[in-house]
Amino acid sequence: MSDESQKAKAKKTAAAPKAAGSGKPAATRTRKPASQAAGASRIPARVDVLKTYKLFVGGKFPRSESGRVYEVTDSQGRWLANAPQSSRKDARDAVVAARKAFGGWSGATAYNRGQILYRVAEMLEGRRAQFTAEVAAAEGLTEAAAAAQVDAAVDRWVWYAGWSDKVAQVVGGANPVAGPFFNLSTPEPTGVVAVLAPQESSFLGLVSVLAPVIVTGNTAVLVPSEKAPLPALSLAEVLATSDVPGGVVNVLSGRTREVGATLAAHQDVNAIDLTGAAGDPGLAKELEAAAADNLKRVRRPEERETDWSADPGTSRLLSCLETKTVWHPMGV
Amino acid sequence: MTDQIFEYAPAPESRAIVDIAPSYGLFIDGEFREAAEGKVFKTVSPSTEEVLSEVAQAGTADVDDAVRAARAAFTGWSALPGTERAKYIFRIARILQERARELAVLETLDNGKPIRETRDADLPLVAAHFFYYAGWADKLEHAGFGPAPRPLGVAGQVIPWNFPLLMLAWKIAPALATGNTVVLKPAETTPLSALFFADVCRQAGLPKGVVNILTGDGATGAGLVAHPGIDKVAFTGSTAVGKEIARTVAGTRKKVTLELGGKGANIVFDDAPIDQAVEGIVNGIYFNQGQVCCAGSRLLVQESVQDELLDALKRRLGTLRVGDPMDKNTDVGAINSAEQLARITELADSGEAEGAERWSAPCELPSNGYWFAPTVFTGVSQAHRIAREEIFGPVLSVLTFRTPDEAVAKANNTPYGLSAGIWTEKGSRILAMANKLRAGVVWANTFNKFDPTSPFGGYQESGYGREGGRHGLEAYLDV
Repeated sequence: MSDESQKAKAKKTAAAPKAAGSGKPAATRTRKPASQAAGASRIPARVDVLKTYKLFVGGKFPRSESGRVYEVTDSQGRWLANAPQSSRKDARDAVVAARKAFGGWSGATAYNRGQILYRVAEMLEGRRAQFTAEVAAAEGLTEAAAAAQVDAAVDRWVWYAGWSDKVAQVVGGANPVAGPFFNLSTPEPTGVVAVLAPQESSFLGLVSVLAPVIVTGNTAVLVPSEKAPLPALSLAEVLATSDVPGGVVNVLSGRTREVGATLAAHQDVNAIDLTGAAGDPGLAKELEAAAADNLKRVRRPEERETDWSADPGTSRLLSCLETKTVWHPMGV
Repeated sequence: MTDQIFEYAPAPESRAIVDIAPSYGLFIDGEFREAAEGKVFKTVSPSTEEVLSEVAQAGTADVDDAVRAARAAFTGWSALPGTERAKYIFRIARILQERARELAVLETLDNGKPIRETRDADLPLVAAHFFYYAGWADKLEHAGFGPAPRPLGVAGQVIPWNFPLLMLAWKIAPALATGNTVVLKPAETTPLSALFFADVCRQAGLPKGVVNILTGDGATGAGLVAHPGIDKVAFTGSTAVGKEIARTVAGTRKKVTLELGGKGANIVFDDAPIDQAVEGIVNGIYFNQGQVCCAGSRLLVQESVQDELLDALKRRLGTLRVGDPMDKNTDVGAINSAEQLARITELADSGEAEGAERWSAPCELPSNGYWFAPTVFTGVSQAHRIAREEIFGPVLSVLTFRTPDEAVAKANNTPYGLSAGIWTEKGSRILAMANKLRAGVVWANTFNKFDPTSPFGGYQESGYGREGGRHGLEAYLDV
């Protein structure tokens, strides 16, 4: 493992300007809009194999049951792909999958969760070129700037992975009650968490809101950036090949308002992160009010624009936790 | 009662120690004043229906005034060095200890709970809570919330009638320690101890406007929660009102903590010491007439010991002394209000109507006041209303299980998640069960224990946020 990571590190520094491990910059390959390819007068020597982007629900990659897709374009408005436009039914299916996965994931040892999430970082590292291309296209960044975002996202994933078996020691502990009891408080995951990912930062922002939710044992239904969902849908492929149990993360591309409304009102969702509703106070208020019906824990959008490259602190890590306090009698 | 083992002579606590005025105003900016609209309401003793006093009913203008006073006081209070803030709170803790008997009697008169409980549980915990949080005031930078955690501003706090002064302590102590100022609304049926607390603040020399007390009804509370001048809402009460509050604050920057209802499972395994478990069950559901959000209102008993346990439980319930809360031998006092009694009665009747078997302890209930005999329902299914809804009264619903997994499934089959109890001699089973129960507080071989150092609060629809301990600071800090 240490060999591998060293190799990966070397690769990272050596191949920074170009996409790693490929003669042809993957960026160009993935970024080339199909309409351009189709409309080009000259037929290329090799026709690209385009990817059908699909949802990620319960460890599988379904299309939206509604049959709907919407056009995803790059920052210049050029067609990149059709993304599934999730429906209410897709959202409900995702919640069912997330609930089903919750027992196993929250019951796994913290060490095990940490190992699995570290594995995700390893898989991400190997796909840096692909994500760099997707992020560059989605956010209109230069390849170098996009690569920096991806690197930061991988590093953030590693950072959060390491929290799995530390958070209980930081926020839990024994309480010195005035009586013959051993009294212990421990953090536990809240349950199924709906996460509206940031609209602007399609990958670093996405990782920064998803990793802290699942590392503590929650399961997530993730609504990626509406206009830039492709990095999230590709992340699902990484999760699917990283021993993350199916249903722990579910990804629903589509209209934030539509999917968000279903999740905010869903009675089997325990918490909702409204980060993706930043910039739309009306929507944030509506979703928070809907969330009150079963007293979901609500993380409101930040007032100011978030700098996703900054040190995230523990706020997100701790926002989907419950404290359980157990009283054990002492006696002989 | 014919089969009672002992006859007790009356042992009434003297009410001479407390001097209740015929009327009370609102406590705003360090002064008592009448409500702007001049409205008042009566508070009665639920054990006798005697009118104890008349208190002011705060309206919109009074909420405005109180919030303004708290805002004005915030600048100075939050700027005060923690060590100095701490000393005020220590003073309050000490004065509460000195006046504990007076406050216990007052609380029993206004609430209807037995003097034994106010004297031995409520008041000691109230003083301990202030003492604990006083010590935090100058140590906040070490509490794990960053190097310089800041207070939020003005806290609007709405508390229930089941533990009037204790809930006040849970709200005010951490708020003051962290440098916030407070507008607190006590429950409509139990305003007196909060008004006496205002006098404790006066004796402690607490700066004006740091604590403001508004008496009133639900509309007063709603007005306070919705007031744009507050930065923090802390509420203890029903889940229905909690949801309303969550809707009210949607779209604002107000920080909210909610401590709401429960339907706690008290799980008894076949290896549990039966006599101890019976005491725990009694304490779990008949303490404070069952008007406890974390009550063990669902008894889950392992099938093999059901008969033995229920026989012992009924025998024990036959010896409970129900009646005059001012009598020092009384175990179960009065229900807090006619309204609450009606709710308990309605839900208990639904239990019978839905087919559960009802048994009530043989006891004579006083003719005046609001009373409900300790009651046990057997043959309860998970679908019955008495197994799903919070009764908030001395009514126990008994269900059975065969395996630990079944016990977990049944215990967790509720939208609530506040408390649970486990009775078994097997330590590893306690740990495994405690892990699987989705509840904020789990008591093993004990029940209804509280401590200022111990975080308290629920999962799911029992609310969010924790009160008590280091965790309780977070609700009042900008983190």
